[in-house]
Amino acid sequence: MFPCLNPSDVQDGGFSFNNCSRNAALESSFSESSSKPPKARKTGTTIAGIVFKDGVILGADTRATDDMVVADKNCVKIHCIAPKIYCCGAGVAADAQITKQILASNVELHTLNTGRPPLVAMVTRTLKQMLFRYRGQVNSSLIVGGVDVDGAHLYSVYPHGSYDKLPFVTLGSGAEAAVSVFEDRFKPNMELEEGKQLVRDAIAAGIFCDLGSGSNVDLCVITQAGASFLRGFDKPTTKGRREGSYMYKPGTTAVLTKTVTPFCLDVIDQSVHAMDTK
Amino acid sequence: MNTLDVRSQLKDSVPVAGFGPHGSYGLQDSLRTGFTSIKNELIPSHSLELSEKNFQVNQDKMNMSTLRNIQGIHAPLKLKMELKAATQIQRLPFLPSSHLALDTLRGSDETIGFDDILNDPNQSEVMGEPHMMVEYKLVQRLRWRDTPFPISMQMLISCPQMFTLHTTCRE
Repeated sequence: MFPCLNPSDVQDGGFSFNNCSRNAALESSFSESSSKPPKARKTGTTIAGIVFKDGVILGADTRATDDMVVADKNCVKIHCIAPKIYCCGAGVAADAQITKQILASNVELHTLNTGRPPLVAMVTRTLKQMLFRYRGQVNSSLIVGGVDVDGAHLYSVYPHGSYDKLPFVTLGSGAEAAVSVFEDRFKPNMELEEGKQLVRDAIAAGIFCDLGSGSNVDLCVITQAGASFLRGFDKPTTKGRREGSYMYKPGTTAVLTKTVTPFCLDVIDQSVHAMDTK
Repeated sequence: MNTLDVRSQLKDSVPVAGFGPHGSYGLQDSLRTGFTSIKNELIPSHSLELSEKNFQVNQDKMNMSTLRNIQGIHAPLKLKMELKAATQIQRLPFLPSSHLALDTLRGSDETIGFDDILNDPNQSEVMGEPHMMVEYKLVQRLRWRDTPFPISMQMLISCPQMFTLHTTCRE
């Protein structure tokens, strides 16, 4: 007798909640036995974006953490949604990645349908409607930035579906560190090099002051002419190189005499201690 | 403002006619459905379970009522008639159907969501038992006749046209 479905529980696709009560029972049994259940890998991120004179600059760090261990030292957090619209994701890494992929596919289908380049507002609306539908269970916060026919726009979207349209935004665990740099030095209509330096400094503040962010700074500059993704724009955490050598030259001190005395050792007592490897 | 009362938070708030997990006489069918527990059947095990189950139904209700308010009663009536016709162009219940007309009418051929990526029914590892699935479908269609007995396949094979005609006239 092969396994088969009941007519009453034919699945239609999408999320399946069959294992939820089992998972809840497993989690409660974990908490009783004082061992922790496995946690989802988060990106523990600093992501930031500003609107400058010609467009938008997005920045992100490159560390992915697995609870207290660095899972990926050089991951990519900025992804392309449309040729001139890019998106940075924070939160649970899998949720952020799949959300961006679904978003990119939907925006491409919409572009083919309308025959026009997409608006950043359309991208944000699709995203927030999807996140609201899942009530924040899709645990990813995203920054959407790009240039369209109406100009340059920058939105930040939170896991429950709320969004803000601002000239500068930061998200992730290092958001407070990065936003302090922006609050101090941001001016409207900055030049390109000044803007890049500002975003780089904000991400570096997140890298140094937040444990969940680290490694390199990635930047993405989007203007009316197009987008350029500067991977590894700055590496503030590389180790320094030693300038000099601390080895003494041979012949620095002269050897006057040498005597060799052999030791004779006998084994008197032996005892074995077991190591506590639990 | 929360207008949901306690009963709509239960799993059977959107009732499906015909067989449930209980057998044909309202009794527990342990052979086919295994051990049941009232708590598992009534109380949702995840906060999203009910809202996802009812999502398409609620979207349709909202869209139909908006259409009715803007364009008058004819718009949802015509759409519902076309949707009903499109749901009938499907293969036998245990075989995968492409739902092409249904997707085009609903507009879901231009969007990708989690229902297209996760748990694709075309790539399911188990299939429904053919006799039971067809029986379920037939009893659903003929429920006005109130027959709990299984209907043999011979009736279906010999006069399939009769069954389809019944549906279009009746509903």
